[in-house]
Amino acid sequence: MKTIKDVAALSECYDLLVIGAGPAGMAAAATGAEQGLSTLLIDENPAPGGQIYRGITTTPVAAKETLGADYWRGTDLVRDLTASEATYAPETTVWSVGPAAEGPSDPGRMEVGVSVGGAARLIQARQVIAATGALERPFPIPGWTLPGVMTAGGAQIALKTSGLVPDGRVVVAGSGPLLYLLTAQLRAAGAKISVMLDTTPHENWGRAIRYASDFLRSPYLGKGLKLLLGAHRGMRIVRGITAIEADGDSRVRSVRFRHGSKEEELPCDVLLLHQGVVPNINLANAVGCALDWDDDQLTWVPQTDEWYETSVKGFTIAGDGAGIGGAESAALRGRLAALGAGHRLGRLSAKDRDQMAAPVRTELMRAGRGRRFLDVLYRPAKAFRVPKADDTIVCRCEEVTAGKLRETVALGVAGPNQMKSFLRCGMGPCQGRLCGLTVTELIADTRGVSPNEVGGYRLRPPIKPITLGELAALPKTPAAIKAVER
Amino acid sequence: MFRRLPDLGGETVNFTIDGRPATARLGDTVAAALLASGMESCRTTPVSGAPRAPYCMMGVCFECLVTINGIGNRQSCLIPVAEGMAIETQKGARSIASEYSAKGDAA
Repeated sequence: MKTIKDVAALSECYDLLVIGAGPAGMAAAATGAEQGLSTLLIDENPAPGGQIYRGITTTPVAAKETLGADYWRGTDLVRDLTASEATYAPETTVWSVGPAAEGPSDPGRMEVGVSVGGAARLIQARQVIAATGALERPFPIPGWTLPGVMTAGGAQIALKTSGLVPDGRVVVAGSGPLLYLLTAQLRAAGAKISVMLDTTPHENWGRAIRYASDFLRSPYLGKGLKLLLGAHRGMRIVRGITAIEADGDSRVRSVRFRHGSKEEELPCDVLLLHQGVVPNINLANAVGCALDWDDDQLTWVPQTDEWYETSVKGFTIAGDGAGIGGAESAALRGRLAALGAGHRLGRLSAKDRDQMAAPVRTELMRAGRGRRFLDVLYRPAKAFRVPKADDTIVCRCEEVTAGKLRETVALGVAGPNQMKSFLRCGMGPCQGRLCGLTVTELIADTRGVSPNEVGGYRLRPPIKPITLGELAALPKTPAAIKAVER
Repeated sequence: MFRRLPDLGGETVNFTIDGRPATARLGDTVAAALLASGMESCRTTPVSGAPRAPYCMMGVCFECLVTINGIGNRQSCLIPVAEGMAIETQKGARSIASEYSAKGDAA
């Protein structure tokens, strides 16, 4: 592997460009390079790993049991990547992907806008694999913008990368397998968690039970039981939570919650929120990929074929960005995506591709077993997706509340894109990453229609902020200069 | 809000927060260094002036925006802290005028 930290050192064109160095991206890049494709792996972070294996080559948390065996499994992926011929560009941002305007007639050839340390450049790729992973589902409760309130995943990243643990009175809240995993890791590292507020709706158990048989035969069972049993030791768990509110002035001071008919308030210095992860579809959306609403995972999922190619030719999505499946599944899907790209580039015959893919697909089936049970069991409650309290901030950047959104729907605003022009929701720097799902579901709920009918924000590049200086310094085609000349 | 695990080892990096000297561990992102330093909030919002602090630590929420070495709106959770870095909490929107005049002063 060759590492590049200077935008000028990148080639003009790569056979395969992989965006994101998590499990899917690392596996895709290694598999692409193995086929002899000139492969570039771009990642925003200083080191490979993505979020689940964040800091795996750099973490100061040396005691293996703190982060657990599943975390250290990422070492294999890094080793394969490092041994490969791929080029790796850390601390590098992709801000646009679009069809290449000129060049050899290569269907699917893309132009990719990248930025390294304040210098931007346009390069080309014959195939693009977006391994942009997942982000934590928005958790809009009153007070979730207060300092001291963070995602549980955020606290986990601080632990993995810097050996930091939340201090003082720590409360974790939400649902999902990752909440239990993150809690266990933080506690193993010495964090004192005073209470866990479990928001999993009771009725989910009844719905999930019919998918239990697959789960009982899956590796999730053993891991889940260990986490559940561990969680009960030395920590109060309150189940059936139906409302949570963070209170404070300059930072969170207390957390109020309701369970059954009871309301309680506890002092709190750090409140960690988590209710599952959803595909990070910002890039896919901006590229123009067709997206569908998934009613089980309650999120947008890009349409893909069996090699994860999207509705945009040459643009593939591997890993959790194409639907949540977890780290193991992500790495397998990364390999399949790269085999698909290799075939489209003429490097692999259909027969060779299928032969190489067969064992990977078998593994993928196994890795996905039991997933459905978890999806149904940990489907987050509506109260935490569509906030009831009108003063709850939904769009954190523009500080747009649930009440304001509902009022505006009543004026006849039918969808998220019109909503932007009324309220600016989704137009701040996060570009709807933290409010998109809530705004769609809230509008759907208020109008009494499906989220699919309401649609989502239409995003456009740049998908990450770049400066005017960076844009101005880009080379211009004669046609582009003509377009603005008078 | 956060404390560092004991006995981590590693090299120390010196930087400043709003002019006050602080130290971090080499390999920290700026956001992690700020959390470890005991900072409560890293900016105030352009809309209401409310205080905000790092929220996601993975580059998607844009809550951890700070001014680094005179340049505003930097995502502190994605940038490794470096020796001598001047980090400033950001008040409201990034100000191009003040960045421009700061550059002019330096020249």
